[in-house]
Amino acid sequence: MSTSSPNNSLPKSRVPALAAAAAGLVGLAIFFAFFVAPEDADQGISQRIFYFHVPIALTAYACFGWGAWKALQHLRGKGERYDLESYVAVHMGTIFGSLTLLTGSIWAKASWGHWWLWEEDQLVLFLVLFLFYSAYFMLRFSIDEGPRRANISAVYALFGVVLVPVSFLAIRLAENVIHPTVFTREGPQMTGTMFLTFCIAWLAITTLAYALYRVELLGKRLDANLRELREALS
Amino acid sequence: MSYLADVATLARKDLRLELRARDTLPAMLLFVVSTLVVFHFALPAGADEMAAHGLLWVALIFTALLGLARAWAPERESGALEGLVLAPCDRSAIWLGKSLAVLVFLVAVQVVALPAFAAFFAPVGWETVAGVALASVGICTVGTLLAAMAAASRTRELILPLLFLPLAIPLVVGGVGASVSSEPLEFLAFLGLYDALFAILCWASFEYVVSE
Repeated sequence: MSTSSPNNSLPKSRVPALAAAAAGLVGLAIFFAFFVAPEDADQGISQRIFYFHVPIALTAYACFGWGAWKALQHLRGKGERYDLESYVAVHMGTIFGSLTLLTGSIWAKASWGHWWLWEEDQLVLFLVLFLFYSAYFMLRFSIDEGPRRANISAVYALFGVVLVPVSFLAIRLAENVIHPTVFTREGPQMTGTMFLTFCIAWLAITTLAYALYRVELLGKRLDANLRELREALS
Repeated sequence: MSYLADVATLARKDLRLELRARDTLPAMLLFVVSTLVVFHFALPAGADEMAAHGLLWVALIFTALLGLARAWAPERESGALEGLVLAPCDRSAIWLGKSLAVLVFLVAVQVVALPAFAAFFAPVGWETVAGVALASVGICTVGTLLAAMAAASRTRELILPLLFLPLAIPLVVGGVGASVSSEPLEFLAFLGLYDALFAILCWASFEYVVSE
């Protein structure tokens, strides 16, 4: 049995506690974002999406980085389980990346009246990353399961972390010549309460992502164990 | 020294195969000229030269994709990749040799495409030539590795553009910027940075793509 290594995964009983903590924190963050944080003088209610949009984006970056780190561990021959962990982290990153696109788009519509703005560097970067990581899944699922697939997925996940800064630089450069900046978002002049709300939301989203990561990992490992058992019996 | 000799042998093998079979390069040449003709009709009358410069990059990237999709076909069709992987040479030499062969194809395409572009649309400056040269290095290094990944999957030709285009976006930015900007050096430096970063990454990781 090589699929699960209990020494480095959370005990199963702790996952519900983690999920409950994530739910509680998200509830707290929603409460703070809508009832405690003061209304932004410029943007009004629409600014409140900032408390979710930015933490979600940061969490997506963290997931992609985490996935690449696990991929590196896999390539260094640390074990098969890192392949699954890398995949789950990239999966979470893609989900949170899509949410970033969605919330960013809503914010752009509320602030500027357009669903999409090529001037928003971060949004454009997430679009590129979304395309890149969608191809990750297509690649992974069109290769037969085995060490080859694990290696190729890991190399592709590593490309992702190099692509992030390179693309960001490219988008910045493109802005100067190809698309001049028209709109700029006000740098967040956050008051103390606003900053507190932002921190709570960030903690909530990160905990949520980690809980989801653990739940998916648990399910995938259960699947793998079951399959092994079935093969052993047949 | 023997590393470079291996690389040269592998690249020579690909070029000799192409010289004998002639199935990739003529297709790429015809494709790039056809695309430029299509672009003439796609651009509305009165569209400026800037737009044409942008489309040149679309033509180059898509032509490169056409060649990259065939890059590993000889190895795959005759099952030669297993043999190469087992051969007593550094596995990154396989990638470097293939990249060099692809680079020769790309240069051959550009030798036709740039004069054709100059004749059909707008004059080509040194900035564009330098941009094309630098971007070609990036296309062949990254593209060859991605093509090897795609060759291992069931959907080969279908998946290669999906893998390659997001990674090609910075190349397009650098290339178009070098062609149309008043400060092309900034963009050329960016292309150089891209080439160096991804060449190192591909060189280090190719081994894992072909081995089990």
